[in-house]
Amino acid sequence: MVEFIHKQYNEMERRVVITGMGIYSCLGLNIEDVTQSLYKGTSGIIYDQERHIQGFRSAFTGMVPRPDLKATLNRRQRLSIGEETEYAYVATLEAMQNAGITMDFLENNEVGILYGNDSVSRAVVEAVDIFRDKKDTSLIGSGAIFKSMNSTITMNLSTIFKLRGINMTISAACASGSHALGLGYTLIKSGMQDMIICGGAQEINPFAMASFDGLGVFAEEGIDPTKASRPFDRDRTGLVPSGGGATLILESYESAIRRGAPIVAEVLGYGFSSNGGHISTPNVDGPATAMRRAIADAGIDVASIKYINAHATSTPLGDANEAKAIYEVFKDSNPFVSSTKSLTGHECWMAGASEIIYSTLMMNSNFITANKNFENADEDSARLNIVKETLEQKFDIYLSNSFGFGGTNSALIVGKI
Amino acid sequence: MNNEEILEKINQILVEEFEVDNEVIEANNNLKESLDLDSLDYIDLVVLVESNFGVKLVEADFRELVTFQNFYDLIERKMSKN
Repeated sequence: MVEFIHKQYNEMERRVVITGMGIYSCLGLNIEDVTQSLYKGTSGIIYDQERHIQGFRSAFTGMVPRPDLKATLNRRQRLSIGEETEYAYVATLEAMQNAGITMDFLENNEVGILYGNDSVSRAVVEAVDIFRDKKDTSLIGSGAIFKSMNSTITMNLSTIFKLRGINMTISAACASGSHALGLGYTLIKSGMQDMIICGGAQEINPFAMASFDGLGVFAEEGIDPTKASRPFDRDRTGLVPSGGGATLILESYESAIRRGAPIVAEVLGYGFSSNGGHISTPNVDGPATAMRRAIADAGIDVASIKYINAHATSTPLGDANEAKAIYEVFKDSNPFVSSTKSLTGHECWMAGASEIIYSTLMMNSNFITANKNFENADEDSARLNIVKETLEQKFDIYLSNSFGFGGTNSALIVGKI
Repeated sequence: MNNEEILEKINQILVEEFEVDNEVIEANNNLKESLDLDSLDYIDLVVLVESNFGVKLVEADFRELVTFQNFYDLIERKMSKN
């Protein structure tokens, strides 16, 4: 077990706050609608007949409409962006608006972007299909290359918003969005950047999920779509893929105060680890280490964390090992636990960012959404304080977990300011 | 497809693809300036012409190209060789 010493106060380190959030998810296409869905426990999961016809073993998925961007982006900009960037762009517009950031501000201040993304399957398949058919690269079109690189979101948004700070995509499987926020927090805390647009996005299409579905880890069919994702429940059968875009504006406290920005919450700590084990089978020590490191970084007592937004995707082993890790770290402090993936499905590369938005919305509205479909505990989840019905509950600090293939783990701690 | 039909179709495609007003397109107007073409846009012109007229433009074809009329002539010439 890795031991951490609570950090000493370092006057060179700066406080990092969230000053704007934007979301485009299957729970709603903006902050207000998503807050309502979280409170009511409304699921965003559907059964996609198209996937069934195409040979998916499980046709459940979260779903969002493709946004019409003709009014806000010119032809060249639209040609260069794929599905995931469309979602990220809409979420970023909302986050910037809520943070009071204008194009004029971006022209006069150095702002960075760190965004989580780990696939561009649709764009790659479409370009390669043309290439195979025409046998001539000049007929693939001018936008394909900018859509079919993994850094497509940051390369496009940095161009659209004329950003001049740090500019890169974080690819860390299903922890991508969380690490993007963690690294953004680290750069601002250290004084290297004042403001970074952070987030995560996830394409929703059969190309992106076919090979994942082939592993047989998606929820078994023959059940109401809204009941398919059941993290921590004894009878869970697998995850439900999902997607969209989630953006948070991270900023130094001084910068937010200087420009009179609304401060939504404060990022208190970031922890990470790598399992050093199997490519897809999770363990207990890795997640526990990430949580402990985040708590040490925040310099707080375990007991001050009152809510955990679990990574729990509804897979048998993943949920069990996370439950063990949470219990090992938190033991008697017994914080409330829920997985919003019970409503959204697994938003994969986006999840680590969207779940910070979901949890922050709950914290600031004094409620905890239910871990939907948690009907019967198993021996591991029985030791956790899992929220069964939406709870009117004040809490000041929460921790959000994200884990991914290859054993990459991330934990973020966020609090009221 | 006669020359008039080709011209009409080219204009329609350019208006749709490059999102310009009909009035922008005049036979003697400068193609690059009127459509605000950059180097990437020429790639899309190649794709458009191939998918709509079945002929392939190459880089050398664009060297002498100045006006819309030059563009019409180029496509008509390519199509007549097919």
